[in-house]
Amino acid sequence: MNAPAIGQLEVVDGSLDAKAPGGDIRTRWDRHRFEMKLVNPANKRKYTVIVVGTGLAGGSAAASLAELGYNVLNFCIHDSPRRAHSVAAQGGINAAKNYPNDGDSVWRLFYDTIKGGDFRARESNVYRLAQLSVNIIDQCVAQGVPFAREYGGLLANRSFGGAQVSRTFYARGQTGQQLLLGCYGSLMRQVEQGRVKLFPRREMLDLVLVDGHARGIICRNLVDGKIERYAADAVVVATGGYSTVYYLSTNAVQSNATAIWRCHKRGALYANPSFMQIHPTCIPQMGEGQSKLTLMSESLRNDGRIWVPKQKGDKRAPKDIPDSERDYFLERRYPAFGNLVPRDVASRAAKQMCDQGYGVGATGRAVYLDFAEAIGRLGESVVRDRYGNLFDMYHEITDENPYQVPMQIYPAPHYTMGGLWVDYNLMSTIPGLHVIGEANFSDHGANRLGASALMQGLADGYFVLPYTIGNYLAGVAPGKVKDDHPAFADAEANVNAGVRKLLSLKGKTTARELHWKLGRLMFDHVGMARNAKGLTETIEKIRALRAEFWENVQVEGSADDLNQALEYAGRVADYFELAELIAIDALARDESCGCHLREEHQTEEGEAVRDDANYAYVAAWEHTGDFGKPRLHREKLDFENVHLATRNYK
Amino acid sequence: MSAQNGTGLRSYKLKVWRQPRGAAGGKLVDYEVSGIDPGMSFLEMVDQLNESLLKRGEEPVAIESDCREGICGTCGVVIDGMAHGPIPNITTCSLRMRSFPNGATITVEPFRAKAFPIIKDLIVDRSAMDRIQRRGGYVSVNAGSAPEANATPIARDVQESAMDSAACIQCGACVAACPNAAAHLFVGARVRQFALLPQGHPERNERVLAMVEQMDAEGFGDCSNHGECEAACPKSISIENIATMRREYMRAAVGKR
Repeated sequence: MNAPAIGQLEVVDGSLDAKAPGGDIRTRWDRHRFEMKLVNPANKRKYTVIVVGTGLAGGSAAASLAELGYNVLNFCIHDSPRRAHSVAAQGGINAAKNYPNDGDSVWRLFYDTIKGGDFRARESNVYRLAQLSVNIIDQCVAQGVPFAREYGGLLANRSFGGAQVSRTFYARGQTGQQLLLGCYGSLMRQVEQGRVKLFPRREMLDLVLVDGHARGIICRNLVDGKIERYAADAVVVATGGYSTVYYLSTNAVQSNATAIWRCHKRGALYANPSFMQIHPTCIPQMGEGQSKLTLMSESLRNDGRIWVPKQKGDKRAPKDIPDSERDYFLERRYPAFGNLVPRDVASRAAKQMCDQGYGVGATGRAVYLDFAEAIGRLGESVVRDRYGNLFDMYHEITDENPYQVPMQIYPAPHYTMGGLWVDYNLMSTIPGLHVIGEANFSDHGANRLGASALMQGLADGYFVLPYTIGNYLAGVAPGKVKDDHPAFADAEANVNAGVRKLLSLKGKTTARELHWKLGRLMFDHVGMARNAKGLTETIEKIRALRAEFWENVQVEGSADDLNQALEYAGRVADYFELAELIAIDALARDESCGCHLREEHQTEEGEAVRDDANYAYVAAWEHTGDFGKPRLHREKLDFENVHLATRNYK
Repeated sequence: MSAQNGTGLRSYKLKVWRQPRGAAGGKLVDYEVSGIDPGMSFLEMVDQLNESLLKRGEEPVAIESDCREGICGTCGVVIDGMAHGPIPNITTCSLRMRSFPNGATITVEPFRAKAFPIIKDLIVDRSAMDRIQRRGGYVSVNAGSAPEANATPIARDVQESAMDSAACIQCGACVAACPNAAAHLFVGARVRQFALLPQGHPERNERVLAMVEQMDAEGFGDCSNHGECEAACPKSISIENIATMRREYMRAAVGKR
């Protein structure tokens, strides 16, 4: 079977209702909140909500729903909710507080986010996010999150990732962990009060639909292998992104796409799957045994200068290359923003330099991030204060001292702007199934700005979902569905069949070997630069790998035990299916925008060229049962408040 | 980078604790690994062992990890008798094979403590720590009820000091390293963070009493000032946190506000 020409795909317009209110954008959320139905306080305890995931989105949603009085069943793949991968976010969280008095506002954060996303996000959602950003900081400070402070005792801010104002709040290099601990504390308080029942070491393997509504999930207990059923009045999925499709990414090794993918196969549309952020400042790949790539916070670009030798293949030590023979390519190409251009721009520029033969290090797939100038200007102790833990981490991993030798960095898959399609209420195309945080597609368009992921996760969980889910629940009679409904038996049988099939294969190759091959393919052809020929060929190769997996994979052990090989194989099986959709989406979007650079659509200088007349839409894909022929639903994007313009960071 | 430094690939002899799920005990099993790049992480070396076991039709070693960059606290084994291995103040996932000479024999065991029952091989159940957190490791504030963030200034040195305690990743190495399997460093860090910050003051007494009560109920030992916890802690949490916890506990027990 040949990969589908895009003209052969079925396209549906007008099928998606984003439920975004109209009128003055500044009052849309207020009006929407007023217009939504409420659940009577006395009735809330009659409703049960399943929340899958305990990161910033899932944890904050579970805690907040419980505070409102709902019964919450909260699931996580880890031994403890505090380990969700939000914990690893380093740099910070944005909020339009304008504490530094440098001209920030809700409107500016809204504008920057729409523009940074290259005009592929929904205005209403983004404006709401900017509005709520200020409440998040209040909430986290009240929880005792130890954000950095100035000597006067007030909160400190820094500029981050391409922003021209200082709006980023941070807690050393571990903002994610501190925000997550705040959220985890609120969650554990509700566990103690009995409003949240926590189910650690569970993996969601299917969604249960009753009369077309999401009414439960099927999990595998990762300790004893038991397949378990859970029923509820609504389901919230907050299982994070899917960068691990690329094998090497900055995500955790247990991060995976299975929960959202299985929701997709049950009918939830998957939006903009190819919008995948490749983060510019990661430690380069070293060898084939490598299991992940480590991110070095983007804050390093505030003081580090990125360069390559002007001469191709220059093998001199960096200190022996005089300044006049260095190409500070970001400063040269983007004088206004310099080293602080958005992530997609910085990543692509680094890749281009390496592709042209200017790369450094053993593999030639690295550029320098140099602090010599900053150390000269500020002194080593100031640099140590700002970035000490990051420098230590780099030293630990690479055995090189970044105070003396420039860091080597290279882009790595990091964050997925795509995800399950949701409306303004964060509900998917399956009634009752809500999707929050990185798992949904909503607010970042084709590229996410630095320090905005934590903001979105917490906005969704603390301040959006707790209201909007009430609007859904108010129309549902509570507790009607029990787990003895035949739909649960069907879904459970489906999960059991999948587990048995994996264990029966007894092949000769491991899931990791095939995942590694898939990752290389995706990074090379569905990564920072894409073209129709490469994508078409890649779709064929993904299919071949998927076939090889189902013929020749080896999974040891038993279904009734703690079996990590089995868990992993199940996730890899889903990656092959999702990878194909990612490539199809990238092929169907015959323009460049944000992270998505189609080589057919760029300026002579290698800048992305959008096609707003034809592609100013969200591509939401419906699973038809045939992986090669998904159905494309287009949600048209209207820009009433921010005028469509070409991004220019020069 | 190490591979560029001309250091060749290495081989190791491993002694790994294997214990089937539900079994009362286990034993050390010998394995060999070769072709190890010194720049590889310890966990990537175990990945490689597990790949070779899978290919031989044997069950891989059960071991936990997630972020693999030293922040999630999921990983943690005892390597050559030391929690998180021989390099001080890092997690197991941050440990690199260049820290072990070529040909060395490396012994790998689970974190051992009465309060951390072994689930399988190198995986232990640390849910006791979550149960302690449930009793008060937080400020009771509902979403939406927070005052303006800058309403309460907090001196920078206080905030920095609270941050030192908040850096705990709840990995449990302090417990594994302690001859008494005490959890005082972990609990102390949480208590101290909130004892320092004004947000934590309204629940200051109840918090320390409840968390210590739960700590004792979970079967953790008492602290006898060995200091092994601080030495093993990947986040360099100071035993000063234990002193603070004792002081807070006394203060609360005699009913002072």
